[in-house]
Amino acid sequence: MATDEKIYQILSKFDQDKTRLMDILLSIHEDQGFVSADDMRKLSESLGISYAQVQETATFYHFFSNTPKGKYNIYLNNSITSVLKGRAAVKEAFEYYCGTAFGSVSEDGLFGLFDTSCIGMNDQEPAAIINDKIFTNLTPFRVKQLVDDMRKGLSAEELMYEDFGSGNNADPDIRAMVTNNIRKKSIILKKDYEPFSFLTSKLKTMSPEEVIAEIEASNLRGRGGAGFPTGLKWRFGRRTAGKHRVIICNADEGEPGTFKDRVLLTEYPELIFEGMVVAAYATGADIGLLYLRYEYKYLYHFLNRKLTEMRKKNFLGESIAGMDGFDFDIRIQLGAGAYVCGEESALIESLEGKRGEPRDKPPFPVEKGYLGYPTIVNNVETLATAVKILHHGAAWYSSFGTKDSLGTKLLSISGDCRFPGIYEVEWGTTLREIVAMSGAEDVQAIQVGGPSGMIIGMKDVNNMDNSELMKWYKPSGMMIAEKFFDRKLSYSDLPTGGSIMIFDNSRDLLSEVVMNFMNFFIEESCASCSTCRNIPLLMKNKLQKIIDGHGIRQDIYDLLNWGKILKASRCGLGQTAGNPILSSIFHFRHLYEQRIQSLTQFDSGFSLEKATEASRKYLNKKPVFHHF
Amino acid sequence: MENTENKIKITLDGKTIYARKGSTIVEAARENGIYIPTLCHFEGADPKACCRICTVKINNRFMTSCTTPVSEGMEIENNTEEINDLRKSIVELLFVSGNHFCPTCEKSGNCELQALAYRFKMLVPRFPFSFPRKEVDASNPKIVKEQNRCILCKRCIKTIRDEEGRHYFAYKNRGQHLEVVLDPVLGADMPDELAKKAMENCPTGSILYKGKGFEQPIGTRKYDNQPIGSEIENQS
Repeated sequence: MATDEKIYQILSKFDQDKTRLMDILLSIHEDQGFVSADDMRKLSESLGISYAQVQETATFYHFFSNTPKGKYNIYLNNSITSVLKGRAAVKEAFEYYCGTAFGSVSEDGLFGLFDTSCIGMNDQEPAAIINDKIFTNLTPFRVKQLVDDMRKGLSAEELMYEDFGSGNNADPDIRAMVTNNIRKKSIILKKDYEPFSFLTSKLKTMSPEEVIAEIEASNLRGRGGAGFPTGLKWRFGRRTAGKHRVIICNADEGEPGTFKDRVLLTEYPELIFEGMVVAAYATGADIGLLYLRYEYKYLYHFLNRKLTEMRKKNFLGESIAGMDGFDFDIRIQLGAGAYVCGEESALIESLEGKRGEPRDKPPFPVEKGYLGYPTIVNNVETLATAVKILHHGAAWYSSFGTKDSLGTKLLSISGDCRFPGIYEVEWGTTLREIVAMSGAEDVQAIQVGGPSGMIIGMKDVNNMDNSELMKWYKPSGMMIAEKFFDRKLSYSDLPTGGSIMIFDNSRDLLSEVVMNFMNFFIEESCASCSTCRNIPLLMKNKLQKIIDGHGIRQDIYDLLNWGKILKASRCGLGQTAGNPILSSIFHFRHLYEQRIQSLTQFDSGFSLEKATEASRKYLNKKPVFHHF
Repeated sequence: MENTENKIKITLDGKTIYARKGSTIVEAARENGIYIPTLCHFEGADPKACCRICTVKINNRFMTSCTTPVSEGMEIENNTEEINDLRKSIVELLFVSGNHFCPTCEKSGNCELQALAYRFKMLVPRFPFSFPRKEVDASNPKIVKEQNRCILCKRCIKTIRDEEGRHYFAYKNRGQHLEVVLDPVLGADMPDELAKKAMENCPTGSILYKGKGFEQPIGTRKYDNQPIGSEIENQS
C-alpha cells in the first residue's frame, strides 16, 4: 500500500487526469510492484471515477497486480516457439531453484513466477522478462546461475552478462542481451538514408496534399496486417474536422511470433519518429503518441532520449524544422500486457486509461479516435516505410514487389529453422523460398500470421469433404501444409503482418501447436463479445476430446460450424480466434481423421468413471464398471 | 402515403423501407414494424455491441445493427436462415456458459434471455453445458448480484451511474475470468430508486433487489403473455 503522499505525488504528476490512469497505475507499480485495494480507493476519490472503474482497468492488464509480487518477478514466455526450444526444462528449473510453482510467489517473497504471452523474442527462445529486463536463450544451467545471483541480491541489471546484444542493444540506455538477427536487408533496412534529411529538405517543398498523393501513388498498405491503404487513412484523417488531430504509432506488436517492430524500434527509431512527423504534417495532426508494449519497456529510455534529441534539433515542438505553424510532439505511452491492444480502437481505449476493449465501428478512429479527435493509427513498419517512399519517390518504390502488392515486407521468421530472424523480402516471395532462406528442413507446416478472411459463407458444412469446403473457405493465412508452399506472400494470396513460424515433421501439430494458439486466444480475449468469450474455449475442449481419442466425425463438423460463429465478433482477434483449428482442419485433415473413432456415430466423450469420481471419493468406494 | 422527407431509403430483406437520417439499423427496423432481436442494447444508452445477437449482414460482412447507422441504399440481410441460426447459437452460448435455471429464477417471464430462447425455439443447445462455478454476491445491503445468471451485457454498467457519472457497476478481469461487479464504495449507500432500476434494466435475473422485487406473479408476466418482439411486429 502506497503512502498518501506518494499517491498524491503521482496523481499530481498526471494532473489528476483519469485518461492517464494507465500511467498512474504504472507509476504505482514501478514504486511498489502492485496496486492495493486501498490505493485504488484513493485513486477513485481523486480521479472522479468509482472504485470499480479503477479496478476495471487495473484487472485487465497482465502486468498489473493487486497483490504483492516477488522481489524478482520472472515472466517466462509461453509462445509455441519457446515450447519448441525447450521451455519445459527451463520452467522446471525455475520452479526447482526458486522453490515455487508458476503462477505464484515464493514463501519468502523473493520470486514470483508467471507465464506470459509472446514477448517478441521468438528468434532467441526460451526467453523471460525478469524485473523488466529481457533474458534470452535460457537453459536450465543458466536458470541456476540466475537464481543463485538473485539469492545473492544482485539487481536485474547485474544479472546480465557483460557483453550485450548486437547493435543498439549495447546502447547505455538499453543494455540488453537481445540480438537483432537481421538476416536480409532491402529498401527499408538498408542504412542508405540520413535520418531526418527528408524532413529538413524535400518536405518543405511539398504541400500536405502532395505528401498524401505520393503515399497513395505508392499503394502503401498498413503493415500491421490489416492492409488498409495508408494514403487513404491519412486523407480521411485530414478531411475530418477537429480541434486536434492525433497520430498514433502502434508499437504493440503482440501477434505470436512477430518481433520485427522490436528490431525497428531498436535500430531505426529515427525513421519511425520521422514517419510520425511526416504523417502529422500530411494530416495536420498536433498530438503524437507511440504506444509501446510493456514487454519492450527496456527500450523506453532509449526511445525517450531520441525524442529529446529531436526536440533539441527542432524536429519536434513548435514550428518544426522552421515550418511556421507546424507544431507537433510525441509522447510514449507504455502498455501493460494485453494482446488485444494491438487492435487500433482497443489501443485508443487503453491510451484513454480504460480497459483495452475494441470499439464498435463505425465510427472509425479517423473520424472519432483518441479523446474524440480524428486519429490516425499506423504500424511502426508503415511509418518507417512512408519516409523511404517519400524520400525516393513512389515510382522507385513501385519497382519492388508484385503488381497488386508493391514494395517489401519485414518478416519475423522463427521456429524450426537454422536462421531465425528478420528478413526484408519483396512481396511475392513464396513459402518455398522462405524455407530455403531460413535454412529449414523437413518442414511439416508454416504458420503465416495475419488477417485471414477465411470463411466466406455460413453454410452448414456437415458431411462436406475438403474439395467442397474449398468453395466456402477461402484458403489463406494460418497453418499451411507443404503442398501449398508455392503460394506467395501478397495481399491477393497470403496477406500477413509478417509472423512466420516453421514447424518440422517431428512436431505434433494438434496437441503442441494448435493447442498453444488456442490457449493464447482464450487468455488474451477481452471477453466483451459473447462469441469470442465462449467459442474458442468450446473449440479447444472439443479438440482436446479428439486428441484424447474420444472424437467422432461429427466433432470435426462441429468445429467447422462453431468456428463460423466467431465471424460475428467485433474485432479481428475474435474473428480469427478459431483459425488455428479451422486452418489445420483444412490443411491437415488427416491428423484429425487419424484420431477420431471412424466407426462410431454416437458421442463417446462421456466418461462414467470421471462423472462419478467425486461421489465415489466421498463414499470411499472402489469403482466397479462393466465395459461392453 | 408515408412522409419520406428527410428520410433515406434502405432495403431490409429485399423490402424497401424509409429510415430517419442518423438512426441505427435497429431503430429504423423497429420504426417500420420489423423486430431485430437485441439483448445488450438498452434504449437511451450508448450502444456497445457485446452480445452480437443483433448481427445482420451487409455487403457480405457481419455488422451489429444496434451500432451501425443507416446509410442511403444500404442492403441488409436480417431474417435469413444464416442470420437466424447465428442468433440462435448466441442464445445457446449464453445459456451454456452460465447457470440458467428458469423454473427457479425470480425473473422468469420477464427475462429477455429466456424470451429469446423461446423465440428461437431453443431446445437442447448444440454446445455442451459448462456449469461454471460462480459466486453469488449478497454483500450489498440492497442488491444481490447473482453471477450465475450474468451474461456480461453491460446494461447495468451503461445505465446505472450517479450524478457525477461514476459507474456503480464495472467489468473486472478479462477472458474466462470476466465478471460484472458492483462497486463496494458507491454501492454501500445506493438509492432505492437506482437499485430497483438496476434490477429492471438487467435482461436476466442477475441483479435482484433485496426484499420484495416483483409485483406480478410468474405466469402472468410480460413474455408469459406474448413472445418477445411481438409488440413491435404487431404494431400497424
